[in-house]
Amino acid sequence: MTNAFNVTKPHPVKVSVRGLNFYYGSSHALKSVSLPLNENKVTAFIGPSGCGKSTLLRVLNRMYDLYPGHRAEGEVLLDGENILDPAIDVNALRARVGMVFQKPTPFPMSIYDNIAFGIKLYEKLPVAELDVRVEQALRGAALWDEVKDKLHTSGLGLSGGQQQRLCIARSVAVQPEVILFDEPCSALDPISTAKVEELIEELAEEYTIAIVTHNMQQAVRVSDYTAFMYLGELIEFGQTDDIFNKPAEKRTLDYITGRFG
Amino acid sequence: MSDHIVKSYDRDLENMGRHISEMGGLAEKMLADSMEALIGLDSTLAHRVIAADQRLDALHSEIEESAVLTIARRQPLAVDLRECIAAIRISGDIERIGDLAKNIAKRTLKIVSELQVSRAAVGLRSMHEIAATQLKDSLDAYALRDIDRARMVWETDADLDALEDSVFRDLLTFMMEDPRNITFCTHLLFCSKNLERIGDHTTNIAETVVYLVTGETFPGERPKGRGVNYVEEAGEGAQ
Repeated sequence: MTNAFNVTKPHPVKVSVRGLNFYYGSSHALKSVSLPLNENKVTAFIGPSGCGKSTLLRVLNRMYDLYPGHRAEGEVLLDGENILDPAIDVNALRARVGMVFQKPTPFPMSIYDNIAFGIKLYEKLPVAELDVRVEQALRGAALWDEVKDKLHTSGLGLSGGQQQRLCIARSVAVQPEVILFDEPCSALDPISTAKVEELIEELAEEYTIAIVTHNMQQAVRVSDYTAFMYLGELIEFGQTDDIFNKPAEKRTLDYITGRFG
Repeated sequence: MSDHIVKSYDRDLENMGRHISEMGGLAEKMLADSMEALIGLDSTLAHRVIAADQRLDALHSEIEESAVLTIARRQPLAVDLRECIAAIRISGDIERIGDLAKNIAKRTLKIVSELQVSRAAVGLRSMHEIAATQLKDSLDAYALRDIDRARMVWETDADLDALEDSVFRDLLTFMMEDPRNITFCTHLLFCSKNLERIGDHTTNIAETVVYLVTGETFPGERPKGRGVNYVEEAGEGAQ
């Protein structure tokens, strides 16, 4: 029997990748990749090293523009607008699509300035307002209580896990819509990892999130959707529960169960 | 399916499977022996069944422990995780089957000195035949990862339920015929219940096999053999 409650509404799509091909010079790194990033959901990219997952992440905020010879073809629609369009303002794009890297990358300046720096690039705010934004960002990254008494000491003095959350706070500070995480916990201890994972879950309430991870259990824990990539191709995309319980593709099953040769 | 990159992972899973096969073989033997002891009122064999249960319990604990350790060590996913969960569930079902066979053996020891009604055990033999086939098929379904066979076990359990009902009525007749039959027949009544429960455990194993292979559970309720449950019937009469 069908009734109105059984009909599942398709989730709104924030970013739509369509027929994306990517080249490092003559090397074809992404082959006709198409997938959605659903709004306010966490999408994990998994796959063996060199499968193109980090490349895909870097396309999502045009990070590849920094290097000559790198070229993307196809479409990446952010709220319907193709961000691969050469005419697009890349700086404005990167404010909308933030990124957190594998290793914490705090600037060699105070905790406060680490956050304020990004905000000042995009907005001119009075000091009182800037203070509020810095506090909001640090609270958003679950770091405020740990650093509120030492805001003007160097960000480099924080522990690895705190530095990573500082970087997350820096991304959050410019009020992005999408946050990209490139193996954000691979350099962190288990406690810091747990804190970052908890944070990702909270951030998903406000932002759309994509995360590259080599840790399968992490993908299971934090993501709603999972994309499995292999040799530049998207092999399977689906709800995380399905991908890790009964994947449709044998290659996905082999990879997640540790059978990949 | 291809092997894991980590070879000891394969060995862990294989060992679990092997232990379950051993448990299955033991339980089949216990069930056959307990029925032989019951029909032949053989107390030596009954004692042997009771003693055999220890090994079954030990294997059950071993499997549970190694499944938990595998989950902790390897963080298995998909079919590997289901292997561990299935090992825990199936070894639990087999262990219960062993307990029920042991219970039949214990009852045999109690009725050897009672007035015997040889006709009364006929229905139990038929029940045993079905239960033993179900057990064998469910264990084969597990060993071969054969979901068709598992489905067959799941569906034919209704026959056992129906037979239990008719055994109940027969035993009731014998008890009404002569109250001196009551002790003997009551023990047989419990034995028939044990056989019916063994059937239930085999369907559990069958359900687990389907879950293990497909990641899904059987849809809907298992077919039941009884029109009206006799316990409900008796309950209604008492009101």
